[in-house]
Amino acid sequence: MAETTRVSSNGTAPRGPYISVITNRTTNLLIRGAMLFGVGVFLALVLNLLQVQRNVTLFPPDVISSIFSSAWWVPPCCGTASALIGLLYPCIDRRLGEPHKLKREWSSVMRCVAVFVGINHASAKVDFANNVQLSLTLAALSVGLWWTFDRSRSGFGLGVAIALLATLATQLLVYNGVFQYTSPDFLYIRSWLPCIFFAGVITMGNIGRQLALVSAHQQT
Amino acid sequence: MTVRERLRQNISAAFYRHGLLCASYPVPIILFTSASILTCCYPLLKLPLPGTGPVEFTTGVKDYSVPSHEPQGDLGERPDWYRGPPVAYIQQVLVKAAVSPWDSSLVPVDVFRSPLGRVFSLLEEIRNHVYTDRSLETLCLQVTELLPGLRRMQSILPEHGCLLVSPGNYWQNRRDLFDSDPDILKTVHQHEPKGIHTSATLKDLLFGVPGKNTGVSLYSRKRVVTYTITIALSNYDSRFVASLRSRLKQLHPSVNCTLREDHMVHVHFKEEIGIAELIPLVTTYIILFAYIYFSTRKIDMVKSKWGLALAAVVTVLSSLLMSVGLCTLFGLTPTLNGGEIFPYLVVVIGLENVLVLTKSVVSTPVDLEVKLRIAQGLSSESWSIMKNMATELVIILIGYFTLVPAIQEFCLFAVVGLVSDFFLQMFFFTTVLSIDIRRMELADLNRRLPAEAGMPPPPKPGPLRTREAPPPPRPSAHTITLQAPAFRNLRLPKRLRVVYFLARTRLAQRIIMVGTVIWIGILVYTDPAGLRTYLAAQVAEQSPLGEAGLPPHLGVAPVFPGGDPTSTLSVLPAPEPTPLPENQSQGHGASRTGSAPMSSPQISWGSEDEEVWRRLSFRYWPSLFSYYNITLAKRYISILPVIPVTLHLSPQEAVEMRHPQDTQHAPRTSAKTTDIQTDLTLYKVAALGLFAGVVLVLLLFCLYRVLCPRNYGQNGVQHGRRRRGELPCDEYGYSPPVSEISPLLLRGHSMDIECLASDGMLLASCCLAGQIRVWDAQTGDCLTVIPNNGLRRSSSSGCWEHRDGWDPLTPTFDPDGLLGAESRSPVSTAAAGAPDASEYAEPPLRRRATPSRPALFGDQPDLTPLIDTNFGELPSSLTASARGFDFGGLVEKAYKEHEVSPTVHFSPPTPPAPTAPPQRRRSLGDNPVAFPDRISASPGDWDSSVWSMELRGNLIATGRSSGKLELWDAVEGSLRCCNEDGSSGITALAFLNNRIVAARLNGSLDFFTVDTNKPLGLLQYRGPPGRGSVPSSPCYSSEDVISCQLTRSVQCAHQKPITVLRAAAGRVVTGSQDHTVRVYRLEDSCCLFTLQGHSGGITSIYIDQTMVLASGGQDGAICLWDVLTGSRVSHVYGHRGDVTSLVCTNSCVISSGLDDLICIWDRSTSIKLYSIQQEVGCGASLGVISDSLLVTGGHGCVSFWDLNYGDLLQTVYLGQNSEGQHVRQLLVLDNAAIVCDFGSELSLVYVPSVLEKLD
Repeated sequence: MAETTRVSSNGTAPRGPYISVITNRTTNLLIRGAMLFGVGVFLALVLNLLQVQRNVTLFPPDVISSIFSSAWWVPPCCGTASALIGLLYPCIDRRLGEPHKLKREWSSVMRCVAVFVGINHASAKVDFANNVQLSLTLAALSVGLWWTFDRSRSGFGLGVAIALLATLATQLLVYNGVFQYTSPDFLYIRSWLPCIFFAGVITMGNIGRQLALVSAHQQT
Repeated sequence: MTVRERLRQNISAAFYRHGLLCASYPVPIILFTSASILTCCYPLLKLPLPGTGPVEFTTGVKDYSVPSHEPQGDLGERPDWYRGPPVAYIQQVLVKAAVSPWDSSLVPVDVFRSPLGRVFSLLEEIRNHVYTDRSLETLCLQVTELLPGLRRMQSILPEHGCLLVSPGNYWQNRRDLFDSDPDILKTVHQHEPKGIHTSATLKDLLFGVPGKNTGVSLYSRKRVVTYTITIALSNYDSRFVASLRSRLKQLHPSVNCTLREDHMVHVHFKEEIGIAELIPLVTTYIILFAYIYFSTRKIDMVKSKWGLALAAVVTVLSSLLMSVGLCTLFGLTPTLNGGEIFPYLVVVIGLENVLVLTKSVVSTPVDLEVKLRIAQGLSSESWSIMKNMATELVIILIGYFTLVPAIQEFCLFAVVGLVSDFFLQMFFFTTVLSIDIRRMELADLNRRLPAEAGMPPPPKPGPLRTREAPPPPRPSAHTITLQAPAFRNLRLPKRLRVVYFLARTRLAQRIIMVGTVIWIGILVYTDPAGLRTYLAAQVAEQSPLGEAGLPPHLGVAPVFPGGDPTSTLSVLPAPEPTPLPENQSQGHGASRTGSAPMSSPQISWGSEDEEVWRRLSFRYWPSLFSYYNITLAKRYISILPVIPVTLHLSPQEAVEMRHPQDTQHAPRTSAKTTDIQTDLTLYKVAALGLFAGVVLVLLLFCLYRVLCPRNYGQNGVQHGRRRRGELPCDEYGYSPPVSEISPLLLRGHSMDIECLASDGMLLASCCLAGQIRVWDAQTGDCLTVIPNNGLRRSSSSGCWEHRDGWDPLTPTFDPDGLLGAESRSPVSTAAAGAPDASEYAEPPLRRRATPSRPALFGDQPDLTPLIDTNFGELPSSLTASARGFDFGGLVEKAYKEHEVSPTVHFSPPTPPAPTAPPQRRRSLGDNPVAFPDRISASPGDWDSSVWSMELRGNLIATGRSSGKLELWDAVEGSLRCCNEDGSSGITALAFLNNRIVAARLNGSLDFFTVDTNKPLGLLQYRGPPGRGSVPSSPCYSSEDVISCQLTRSVQCAHQKPITVLRAAAGRVVTGSQDHTVRVYRLEDSCCLFTLQGHSGGITSIYIDQTMVLASGGQDGAICLWDVLTGSRVSHVYGHRGDVTSLVCTNSCVISSGLDDLICIWDRSTSIKLYSIQQEVGCGASLGVISDSLLVTGGHGCVSFWDLNYGDLLQTVYLGQNSEGQHVRQLLVLDNAAIVCDFGSELSLVYVPSVLEKLD
């Protein structure tokens, strides 16, 4: 009887068709990646719109053109990056063996996303006296975001590393003349860019961890 | 004690008292909170509507100079936007023209044809006006071409030249085109858009007055045509404008015109929200709603989830409104776009506290009084709430010191919002929560009232439950408290729920109603002549700030006597004050009536004509400029005083072009008000806000002190006396000692547990090794261990002496002793010559090695309680011998012989119990003739395992595979008697009163009577008087000598092995492999009915005291029978595969099957209500605690379900390492404990709150 008990406990519990599709590991990874990619593209478009909006005139409200006012490759890049980050975070958590414990709920994730959009909003809308002030404020806000929603050392390290990398990449891109910033104050780019990158990394990591958590729930 | 701890304690105590207060006076507190919300929101009424309403600033004309770009410190009254030159200066010429006197010979067209015709000459005049060297061409705003999308207006609106707009534009400013136009109205209206339009139309644009005021209509009764000529100037030259004004006035004097000409209005337009801007906004709102959704989803275990979610949202929203209101009260104008920052504010303030509060309160013991629950919940979360709030305040303070005005403002709002949110949480939400929880308990109370009605009131349980005095069984009326469930499943069919919900709330109707109202609202709002313009006018009228900064002497409106020229010359830099519009209208009314006789053609000029553009949509100017791709967002225009032009046309003139007459003009009263914006500094406001917060807190503290008595229910155990009018649910006087469900593990068996029996106080279990253990069902103590080795030894060797070894082991048996027994057993088997030493290591192996039961559990391992179901498939020699008809007579004859001979009769009258064993053993050993089965039995006899067990009183009846029936003393652990009449294994036992019914593998049914030699002792209750509360279980004291007599044996009760045996209400019901169910009377063993209806072997039967009989078979069918008549009441097919267990409650039948599905059926209609999918192999364990509570077993856990709704209430995990083990048997004891076995362990789970609050 003990044998059969063991066998039946190893067997999969009955599940609905939808979940059983997700239980496949690779499929699960793909779905998570796709979701993160979608979120990244969406956020990139919306935030880009926010940045563009400062100079947008009242008329004509040509929505399509202002949504896609940036280069076509920016949103896919953001999407890919966010997918990578979102998959990387849970992976690193697992490797380091210190699972993320803080407030693992969807409402917390939503709060995090809202704060991230708010930081972008502030950087786009609020008139700051100078760029140093803007950058310092945004840096403080980003660190506050990390403290509120992440608080893991790995998260901080990864965030800083990716933010630096992304800033470097942007510098290179601008240096090679792929595109330009309106009023560069930090070599070729805006000085608040690393802060935004950092906040974005934290946010995407949060989403990725939550997604991984959900799928882990479904698998057990 | 550190300061921190002391602080913590104080906070906790304060919250506790506060919780008591809130829960005690819910209604006054809610009223008070609502009043304070309304008070704080009152200043919002003065606020302009959020959105894009323009802002005005008025200066004098005389000393006007273009404002500089640099901000000037001392001019505090100047708004921030009043810097630099405006986009344009607007000079309007307001023309009122009428044909007078009106002649009856004139046709309606004459009302407007000739007045409109005059526009061309006026235009000519304006264009050609030259002052010194300046002409209009040099001053006016040059526009280039129209936007590409406006090609169709190209012929109408000016391009590449001065922006000069008049009705003449319809005819390209050419008189000849106008004269040749056959239908003026058609020309005017052909450009009007169809349907609803919100912004200014072309007609508004060109006429410069609202469409209905132009008078260009065939049905106009006023017969005055009004239009404007609008000139946009890029540079302001006061002398040119003045000369133009005087020239026009001179040409067309307005007799009674009293319009003021000294004010110039600067209108600042805010940024309009375009679709492009809307997308991020919508995104933030979507995120906000997702946040709210995910947050409120966590609210659980309350009466009305949606109600609480609504209360949470209301809390946050009204705290925001309160903060805005308070800030406005102290003079801080929100310059930020409210719609934009709102989601962020909500996110910053958050719903967390609310949820934490709910969770904490809900997780308090449900049997406490409501107010105590609230108080405990509050105080347990007080520290974290205060800590979070302090953290947030610090963060916001840091944000405040960024010294960026926008962020500072946000922070200020957030601080006030946080404080007011805290206030609302403490007062509003807590009170709502208390009401909700009270409602929940009321509802539960109501639900169980009908169940109680038919029952005698149960005796009050003693304060302390001990083994001797267990609470009496309560068959129904339970509530359960549950801590946060792991997950919830709604098992009632979804569509049914939806339909019920729709029906209950009349949702469809309400949605339609709301939709209609919204639609009407939109219509009214977007109607160009409707609410929107009115609102815009209101917004424009009401200053964004209060009148606090105004000097008092300006509070009285100046009244202008008719035609007073000095007023136009007065240089008043101060704006015209707001109030008393009636004064003005009175003044003008007087001037009108005084100067103009009613008979004469009348063109009157009222104050409303001063700024005729106010009556237009506030989007008039933005849309005019937007046609030329000039945005007014965040910029301003300066509107110069209007130039009035009055045209009186004689009827002859009109007739020449075609003609008009007398008019009436009833001007509306409209007050023009302007204000100075006063601005307190941010710092003042901050100080004031903080001060107000402190005052508020102090006030509340005082209020609290007044309202809440000091010694008010301090510690959570004492209960207030019943007060008049208080809700009954507050009166629970009972608090159970254990408040959460914690399983009690009973360890001791070395192998998997096979049989489980209980009578409510004792619990007997038997494992595969044959060891029987007796436990206390209350405390979980192991009372007795009856190892198996002695019996086996004796049965194999015929020597009974051996039992001396284990007899003394009785009441206190410790694991060491157990180990000793276990270690002894292989030795004993080895001595007996039995080769299977390995059988102890691995039970399945042993089982397969047993010759009498080959592959018995091979295919159905998890259905141990239902061993019986598969007997038909067994190639067992025993069953084969019993099944054949040829053997029937033979066996019957053998049994007759048995009855003749006094087989097993233990009749030594004297011996006391402790010394009894040798005697008894002797007596057993002395009756070799009494064991015919032992002679004829197969070699498996020595290994007879316990197949069935029953416990009644303190007697354990065990049925063995060898056909032996043994009665053991549960407390002493001694064998009281043994009956070996039958040779076939006892598959099922029923022990009722003093009768034992044994069903055997060969289909025969034996009735035994348990007798003691002392007739008086039979019904003696157990033990000292304290135990006397157990009426139904007679006790056999250890002094008695007990005999077990076979009274009757029904040989061929069934053709095939009996699989199920149940006894209740004086009936014995058997189910067999031969597809039939038989009902016997217990007293005389008489077969009453043979129930046929199944098409497969019977696998489960349920019968209870109320004579409900249900049976389930291998065909998956469930039959309900009437026991009195033997007729079948209903018959349903519920499962694929065997029905493994069946339970009935008052209203439903619960069945589980091999398909791991638990189905709940309505008992009266036999309709399946819902089903619960179980884990694999766990389907059979099932129990009903009350009418509404179902227990099922799972992988290492038991789950509690609400039977009414199919909700999973809670899952209790039985142990850390029990994940892989199924719960195979589940027994519900009378005292609401659940016993279940998994593997070699037993688990005793108390459901504490099931001891419901009846008293």
